Parts: sequence; structure tokens; C-alpha cells
Amino acid sequence: MNSPLLDASALRLTLTRMAQEIATSNPEPGALVLVGIQRGGVPVARRLASELSRLLGHSVPCGSLDVTFYRDDLNQRAAPIVHPTEIPFDIQGKTVVLVDDVFFTGRTIRAAMDALHEFGRPSRVQLAVVIDRGHRQLPIRPDVVGREVTTSLQQSVLVRCTDRDEDDGVFVRETSAMPASVAPAAMRT
Amino acid sequence: MTWNRKHLLDLQSLSADEIVHLLDTAREFKAVGERSIKKVPALRGKTVVNLFVEPSTRTRISFELAALRLSADVINFSAEASSLKKGETLKDTARNLEALNADIIILRHGASGAPHFLARFLGAHVLNAGDGAHEHPTQGLLDVFTIREKKGRVEGLNVTILGDILYSRVARSNIWALTKLGAKVTLCGPPTLVPKTFESFAPNVRVTWNVEEALRDADVINLLRIQHERQRASMFPSTGEYAALFGLNPARMARVKPDALIMHPGPINRGVEIASSIADGPQSVILEQVTHGLAVRMAALYLVNGGSSLQVAA
Repeated sequence: MNSPLLDASALRLTLTRMAQEIATSNPEPGALVLVGIQRGGVPVARRLASELSRLLGHSVPCGSLDVTFYRDDLNQRAAPIVHPTEIPFDIQGKTVVLVDDVFFTGRTIRAAMDALHEFGRPSRVQLAVVIDRGHRQLPIRPDVVGREVTTSLQQSVLVRCTDRDEDDGVFVRETSAMPASVAPAAMRT
Repeated sequence: MTWNRKHLLDLQSLSADEIVHLLDTAREFKAVGERSIKKVPALRGKTVVNLFVEPSTRTRISFELAALRLSADVINFSAEASSLKKGETLKDTARNLEALNADIIILRHGASGAPHFLARFLGAHVLNAGDGAHEHPTQGLLDVFTIREKKGRVEGLNVTILGDILYSRVARSNIWALTKLGAKVTLCGPPTLVPKTFESFAPNVRVTWNVEEALRDADVINLLRIQHERQRASMFPSTGEYAALFGLNPARMARVKPDALIMHPGPINRGVEIASSIADGPQSVILEQVTHGLAVRMAALYLVNGGSSLQVAA
């Protein structure tokens, strides 16, 4: 693998800064909840939630959301694997920060907002992402960004955020194939 | 694991991986059913036809609700009130439904192989909701789903299927699913309804006509109804004798493992294959099977909808 865009310590600093930014805009205790988008957003959300709990001095709830059933391309592909959705708290009237690893076309976030609203009516929804790689296709943009990066469609961006700190980092790879999420349906095999 | 089957016709042709993938998907749909909003838009705009040429209440309702919870439009078509009564062939009926742009056809039919026949010429996805005495794949799946949920595994468990095996599509689908996932299957009932040839299904299948022995080591006991409607001759002397010799009554239940699951695909005949106190007792998971049936059918509809129309399952 080529050298990381962010190594483990740079990623850790980035996540800390993101947590501080979320804390500053959400000082009211008990009003903030985090929801990670399956799969890459979930470990990031957990890390941010523990940072936030430390910063705010009270526990910040953290859930996971699978957006598969709300995708706009279900008719154009094999059925994607479904991962658990666990939101064991009420989002009604709360500020929900959706968390994802990479912000790309915006279609996942559109699906996530539809999925989220089945669980209640939050007072506010924000979006936090580690990497904004560009190529938006919808009028959606993140509120909290770890790092903006210019990428080509032939590249893929991997955020590795585990419990074993030394393996963590953000990696950009060249791929021969155009990602399925941006390729026109007719080009897919 | 990517699901690329266009149809769900039987469990015999599925791999263990495909079965596990479907069960894992069903677990997420079970969670959807526990939310206050139980509906997801995965099949929005799709038309699902319940084509039930043989009568059924629970399976039809379960498939109907599954399709509705996936946001599909559903048409129910039963043989009693249809052109099939006027002499139309199954093929013509199905072609007419397809001409209405049906995307998924769920078929219940008295003839074994009827769904496979439709799948050969239809562009729509076909789901088998029970064909003769051949298979009832979603029932087999919901049974192993229930075992997995309650026992945490399927591999290595002793599963006894007690009752009318010969005429049971539920038994056949169960045998395929259970043996593929590594369970040991014991089949028991009157010799006329449990032929020894069933042992050739898979290496882990055995037949016994000794009910006490079949129940003793069972981790799961799946009871089957006597399918009077399929039997062409009298296969045993009387219902009373069947209940006395093979029914699960409190005396037999006392010798069953204390954590054995009691299952039944329904409809149950209280006092025949199962005593009321056992059907309603703490080891019974009969109603959970119904709940799980909905989740499994949502998973089946969701997965076949994504199955490529270019790759027709063998």
C-alpha cells in the first residue's frame, strides 16, 4: 500500500479536532446524539462519541444506521449486504450528527436522511465526515470535515479506524474500475 | 457474498453460504419489524403477485405483508375465484400476470415443480410458496432461522421431524436446509409415512419409527400435521391411534430435553400431533416461527429482486 494520506497520529488529531468542532456547536447537554452510517461511519462515530463524552463531561449516545433499503440504485445491482441498524435511543427533538468515513456523491447521505426519519423527527441533522473527496452529485454538503482531498474517479479512499491504533490511517488507492456508485448503470457489468 | 439468483425455487440447489446469507439478511428485516415504522422502501414501485392455486392462509398473508413492508404493490390471486377455474392453463395465467408488468410471482401450487416450470419462460422473478410434496423453501428457511435465533447455531444439533414426512414439502425443505448447515436430522412417524428411502437425502439423515428414541436426544422437535388432503389411501388406522402412538403428549414431553425447542409449521391440530399444553408451553416457539416467517420472506423478496435477470439459477 502506498503512503497514507493521514497516518495514525494525523488521523487521531483529525478526529479530536472534529469532536471539538461538534462540541462547540452543541454545548447543550443531552441534546446531542451520533449515528454512524454502516459500515465505514460506525467506527468513526464510536471514536467521536467517546471523545465527545470526554470533552462534554457526559455520555453521548452513539448508534448505527444501515441505508441499504433506502438506496436509489437497488434496481440496478445485486442486493447489497445489509448490516445492523441500532439506534437504542430516542432521536425526537435531538441534534443528530450523521457520521461517515468518506463523503463522495452525497447519495448515501440522502438515503441516510430518509432512513433516519423513520426513527423520529430530530430538531437538527448535521453531517460529519473524515474525508470529503469531492464529486458531489446532490445538493448536500458536510458540516464538519476532517480533511478535504481532490481525487479522481479512478481512485478509492479508505479510512481505517480500528482499536489497534498503529494500523489506522487514511489511504488513497488507484483502482482500474470506476466506482459503481458513480458509473452510469449501463457501464456496470 | 453476493446473491445472484433470479428465483427462489427450492433449498436443494442452494449452497450453505447462500442459506446463511439469506438468514443474515432476514435478521436485519426482523429488526425492521420491531421498529415503530415497520416499512422500508426497498421494493418501491415493484408489483408482487401472490398466485395461490392451492389454498393457503398463513403463507399468503405472510408473503403479502412481507411485500407490503418492502413498499411493493401486491395483488392476491386465488384459484377459487379465477380463470383457472374456467380452464385457463397455469402458463397462460402467469403470462397474463406478466403482461400486467408483474415483477415477482409467488406461486403456491399442488403440483411438484410448478414454480420451476414458470421460471423457465417467465421474465419475472418466481418464488416458490409450496409446490405439492416437493418443497416449501421459505418455511424451511424460517425454521432454521428460528433454530439459529434460539440456539445460536444449527451445526451439530439433533433435529427430530415427527409426523407425516412422506407427503410433506416442509419436511423436505427442512432436511435440505438443516443438513447443509450441519445438523443431524431424525425423521420419525408411522412407517407408512416415513419411508426408509429418506435416508438417501443426505448422510446426516436417519429414519426411526421408535418415537421415544427419536425424542430422547432431540435439541429441536419439529412436528408436522397429517396431510390428509394429499394422502390417496389410508396411511394409518385412525387419528386417535396416531395421537396415542406418535402425538407429543405430556408423558412423552417429560422425557424430552428440558431445553428442546418445540416447533410446528401450522396449522396445528391440537390433541393429534401435539397436546394443547405443549403447543402453549414454555418450550414452544410456534408463534415466533410465524414472526420469523415474515422476516425470511422479506429477505427472500429483497434478494431475488436484486438477482440478475441474466443469471437464471440452475
